[in-house]
Amino acid sequence: MLVPGIGLIIAFMLVPFFFSIWLSMHVVLVGSNIPARSVGGMFYSHMFSDPIFRQIFFRSLENNAIFAAVVVPAQTAIAMYLAILVNREGAFVKFCRTTFFLPVVFPMVLTSLIWRAILAPGPGGMLNAFLKLITFNHFTPQYWLGNVHLALPSIIVLSIWQGAGFQMVIFLAGLQGIPSTHYEAAQIDGANKWQLFRDVTFPGLRNTTIFVVMVTTIFSLRVFDQVYLLTSGGPLNATSSIMYLAVSQAYDQNNVGQGAALSVVLCFIILMLSLVQRQVLRERVD
Amino acid sequence: MAIAAPSKKRRRKIGKTSWGTYAILTVLMVLFLFPVYYLIVGSFEPVDQALNGFHAAVPSHLSFANYSTLNAAFFSNTITGSLKGFYTVSTLVSFIVVGGGLVVNSLAGYGLARLQFRGRRQLLLLVIVLVIIPFEAIAIPLYYMLSGLRNSLIVQALPFIGSAFSIYLFYTFFLALPPQLEEAAKIDGAGPWRTFVQIILPNAKPAFASVAILSFIQIWSSYLWPLLTTSQPNYYPLSVAIGNLVKQQASPNYGEMFAFGVLLVVPMAIFFIVFQRWFIRSVASLAVKG
Repeated sequence: MLVPGIGLIIAFMLVPFFFSIWLSMHVVLVGSNIPARSVGGMFYSHMFSDPIFRQIFFRSLENNAIFAAVVVPAQTAIAMYLAILVNREGAFVKFCRTTFFLPVVFPMVLTSLIWRAILAPGPGGMLNAFLKLITFNHFTPQYWLGNVHLALPSIIVLSIWQGAGFQMVIFLAGLQGIPSTHYEAAQIDGANKWQLFRDVTFPGLRNTTIFVVMVTTIFSLRVFDQVYLLTSGGPLNATSSIMYLAVSQAYDQNNVGQGAALSVVLCFIILMLSLVQRQVLRERVD
Repeated sequence: MAIAAPSKKRRRKIGKTSWGTYAILTVLMVLFLFPVYYLIVGSFEPVDQALNGFHAAVPSHLSFANYSTLNAAFFSNTITGSLKGFYTVSTLVSFIVVGGGLVVNSLAGYGLARLQFRGRRQLLLLVIVLVIIPFEAIAIPLYYMLSGLRNSLIVQALPFIGSAFSIYLFYTFFLALPPQLEEAAKIDGAGPWRTFVQIILPNAKPAFASVAILSFIQIWSSYLWPLLTTSQPNYYPLSVAIGNLVKQQASPNYGEMFAFGVLLVVPMAIFFIVFQRWFIRSVASLAVKG
């Protein structure tokens, strides 16, 4: 009964996981019969000692960290706020709920397509036109995705637009789990809206919040599609991510070993973070 | 798993909906909906209108021109591939992954939840660890392992049929089913297979719906894997075909690009509108996974 399912996940998840460690110590070429050549830890030392590659690698790590540091708190807060807003009745509220969730069914390719137009440079770009309007023509059109300082924030904004609805639904489920008697008791004590949130809603959503933070953190480390499609890691590596770097090494430059070494680093970071978060989760529940 | 749909009685617990709340909701709704609106309106606009500041958001000069261009491309079979081909690939791959996945993952989930055998705990631990590892982290070794299968349908589906995540969702669902259900069957001498088909399947529709929807969203949207494994346009799924348009550096024809994007999302959007309650429920069911 278990054989097909377990067999498939072993073959296509566990085996590649261990294979990536072997691969990261060998020079191989896709589409050639040249036998693999062992190079030991060369691809790892390359990340830390090669002056040019080291810079790109650390820039990508930093970008992933910035992405996570902004997206995790911002998206969690937005999603929680949206969930509280739409946790009531009415046709209009229901429509809003659908609207906030809609981008979740949008593939990242489509999200990138739409936002490429919104962020287009020059006065024709929608965002530029909007900002020009609300500042009474004082705003100078920006090249959002081509500016070293604006590219990463732009990628962050479109990622939050696409992902917030997903977390909102998880928070909604969490809100349903808070017994209404808790609210009634607090209201009898004369709690105001803010106190209700601080003393009833937020503690009630604690486990949901931890779960959402975990999922969003791992999501932040996986960023690839929007970077590959919109900026190719540029300008000047301002949007490069670990995953983007790994694919551009392994796929674009047929340097599979280096790509595999980066995958191993990514796996290591994710497993470490999961261990830490699981520990936090366990302590909090007790 | 057993999270109820938003029940009417429990809603609206925090005071009345004030005008301020409605105002905030409206602003947020416009912010979230605008990109979607722009996509749809833009898909009916000619090339010089679709990227023309605010004029692009005002429906004028509308025509089906972009769609008829795409329609012409639908049946043509050029070196750049045909739209019909992209649709076929995306649909077949999704069908294999969702259909095959429901069968193998539900069986594995049931086996983990109910069968007694040596190594069950270790196997469960393996599944949980594999849930944590995202596909991206193993995409590159997998790309090398399966490079002999490049440019085929099967290579696009193969890594996603078995899913640790789906197995775990099924496992938690089956674990929560009352064992009394199966006891009667056991007394009648039914083995685990017959019990699964006759007793479990009819009671597990919500779990199957959740897993089907979540894996459909995932596979229909997937971009990295088909990008790595296809180089011939007749094996491109829709996402890669559109990705190539988005990625091209020269200024593209935004109107046509929007129309193409609409066609990508239409099957998903129809699904979403018809089964909206189930979509939201399946995402909500993730909350208990932690």
